[in-house]
Amino acid sequence: MTIQTEPFIVNIGPQHPSTHGVFRMRVVLDGEKIIDADMVVGYLHRSLEKLAEERTYTQNIPFTDRMDYLSAMSNNLGYCMAVEKLAGIRVPERGQYLRVIMAELQRIANHSMAIGTFINDCGAWQTPLMWMFAEREKILDLFEMTCGARLTCNYMRIGGVAFDIPDEFLPAVNGLLDDLPRKIDEYEKMLMENEILIARARGVGTIPRDLAISASLTGPMIRGCGIPFDIRKADPYAVYDRFDFAIPVGENGDSYDRFLVRMAELRESVKILKQAVPALPGGPYKVDVPLSIRPPIGDAYARVESPKGELGYYIVSDGGTAPYRFHVRAPSYINLSVLREMVIGASVADSIVSLGSIDIVIGEVDR
Amino acid sequence: MTALSGFLLSQWYDLRDLGNPVRALIDWINGWGDGTTFHWVGYIVAGLIGAAAIGLFLGIAMLSLIWIERKAVSRIQIRYGPNRTGPFGLLQPVADALKLMQKEALTPLAGDKIVFWLAPVVIFIPTLLVFGVLPFGPKMTAANISVAVLYIVAIGSATPLVIFMAGWSSNNKYSLLGAMRGIAMAISYEIPMVLSLLGVVLFTGHMDLNGIVQWQQKYHVWLIVLQPLAALTYFISASAELNRTPTDIAEAESEIVAGYHTEYSGMKFGLFYAVELGNALAVSGIWATLFFGGWWLFGLDRWIPAWLIFLGKMYILYGALIITRGTLPRLRIDQLLDFAWKFLLPLALVNVLVVALEVTIWQENGISAGIVLPVFAVVNILLSVVLVVGYVQSFGFARRQRPRRARLITDTLAAMPQ
Repeated sequence: MTIQTEPFIVNIGPQHPSTHGVFRMRVVLDGEKIIDADMVVGYLHRSLEKLAEERTYTQNIPFTDRMDYLSAMSNNLGYCMAVEKLAGIRVPERGQYLRVIMAELQRIANHSMAIGTFINDCGAWQTPLMWMFAEREKILDLFEMTCGARLTCNYMRIGGVAFDIPDEFLPAVNGLLDDLPRKIDEYEKMLMENEILIARARGVGTIPRDLAISASLTGPMIRGCGIPFDIRKADPYAVYDRFDFAIPVGENGDSYDRFLVRMAELRESVKILKQAVPALPGGPYKVDVPLSIRPPIGDAYARVESPKGELGYYIVSDGGTAPYRFHVRAPSYINLSVLREMVIGASVADSIVSLGSIDIVIGEVDR
Repeated sequence: MTALSGFLLSQWYDLRDLGNPVRALIDWINGWGDGTTFHWVGYIVAGLIGAAAIGLFLGIAMLSLIWIERKAVSRIQIRYGPNRTGPFGLLQPVADALKLMQKEALTPLAGDKIVFWLAPVVIFIPTLLVFGVLPFGPKMTAANISVAVLYIVAIGSATPLVIFMAGWSSNNKYSLLGAMRGIAMAISYEIPMVLSLLGVVLFTGHMDLNGIVQWQQKYHVWLIVLQPLAALTYFISASAELNRTPTDIAEAESEIVAGYHTEYSGMKFGLFYAVELGNALAVSGIWATLFFGGWWLFGLDRWIPAWLIFLGKMYILYGALIITRGTLPRLRIDQLLDFAWKFLLPLALVNVLVVALEVTIWQENGISAGIVLPVFAVVNILLSVVLVVGYVQSFGFARRQRPRRARLITDTLAAMPQ
């Protein structure tokens, strides 16, 4: 005699402790095993791309903060680069260096958060998250010192950055850079040799290399699969070509590899910062650009390596003060597209680990 | 009346045993009338006082545990923890409890209302009952029954039933998943736990907890020295049922929200929370009694009140639970069950085998304990170290298998797959 069982449909999210906001995953379960999954996004849709068509180019910068609110600096940078490309504006040296410094600090802050929440999703009771927050706080203090905001910085401007750094910034950032490698050692010791974490994350959410390429994954997602694709190397922007740094890659494309890649990127960002901070040139930090800038008719696509992957801005200008079309290639959204392949056949616990290893921010997924 | 006055004048104020005043009272009651008619009153009063004392102790202990746990975990997490309500945040548990009482206790419309209401009440009973047999001092046991070890195991196995009551009656999918996980885990971990207790019972020949403590007192040794394997398996398997972090799959917050008590709010949730702390304290109490000498502390118990020693041991061992909770991520359910069946169960079986052999050797040859116990201790410690290290080396998640660091690539173009 066989026992007939019905499939068990569970909604994970939108209100769930580990869906990083309001992501919803509707899974069909056979016991603990996921046999089908359906991803639902859009609970945080604010129609930012459409709103941007009604505002001037400068007024749009704060919108980019609110997409990936954990890495506002990188988002600002991508948008400003797209407008500069469209209008043919050259950013002075000091502005370029400040942009790189801020973007790399932001990368450390974002990866700290990503690693902390990932391990929280693996079931740790807040401890790694709190440890990581300690580092992130120091970086947010630096941001606050420079532009007054901690989360939604709104620091980059078309043609440079909004403010020059204050006098106390350089000592603070140097102290942080001296301190960080020791802290990263400590975290590696605590996390990488943790058997439970290895058991939970190894072989979980594995992405085959060809799927990673065909799904156009970027950031730690594709580097975890062993493909060293990084915009900072593949299509250098700002002044990244002047620095010596390496691209960390994983082996198998599982959650543990993505975690390792993020850990190693913390070190690489410190390496870049240690070269960029002493080399910070003098001179102007921005060029004067009219507040309601009117770029010539045309379109431009600029991309940066945001902490989550390739962040691209596509802007079409009709010669007016507002963009005719404003499109964002959001890395979180595109990386999320393989989640279904990652979770089918896995257990509920593994699906949460897979989701955590993607490092999504719903503000960027839904826009 | 003379009995009472005798007690009052001689030793009721002897705080090394808090049972003395009660005994004086009972003796006084028993002396009513012709000295035999009112014994039933004494029985009832004794029972009521015992229950009240255990209830009072549990209440105070839970409040203190909330504060200790929150504060200790905050320190692990580089935070301050509660520090606003009262000095050092000491009133935080009171504030927590008041808040929970004020909150509305919702009942799911589609749930089974009676069972839903019953579950948080019933889950309190096993916790309360376990504390009834713990010896707080030589004569301070609320119910000194001769099969206390068996009783603890039996009472402990009632908890999964209540977990399923809560999970089923909530009519919530997360709750049901949590309840099923909880039962799967409880059944698996019951076996190594019972086997590790069996080793202790075999070795000491006692099933009542006070007898086990007195055995340790008689031979002047803690049982953890003689049976490290049993202590380890008991600690792991008992703490696995506590729903604390390395093994909290039944209420895994990041996966199934809150497991079987997802739908509970207000004081009903508070009861579940309190029971978790109470169970953890009970486990550390049993651990202290069986393996760390209970109220006995190498003769010091003649000067320090025995119950103070026992409480101290209980709270120190509770610290071990706090540290594991603060430092370890959660295992997946299959890994957790694997761990029980493939690691703990063999270890517990080996322990029972070795202990049975040793007891036979000891008793059949009539060797004096002074010679035999040190030998056993050395043999058992060596054996447990060899077994645990050997297991980790051969079956653990080997570190040598794959690189532990990401590969660093400077020339990205050359390393790109074609």
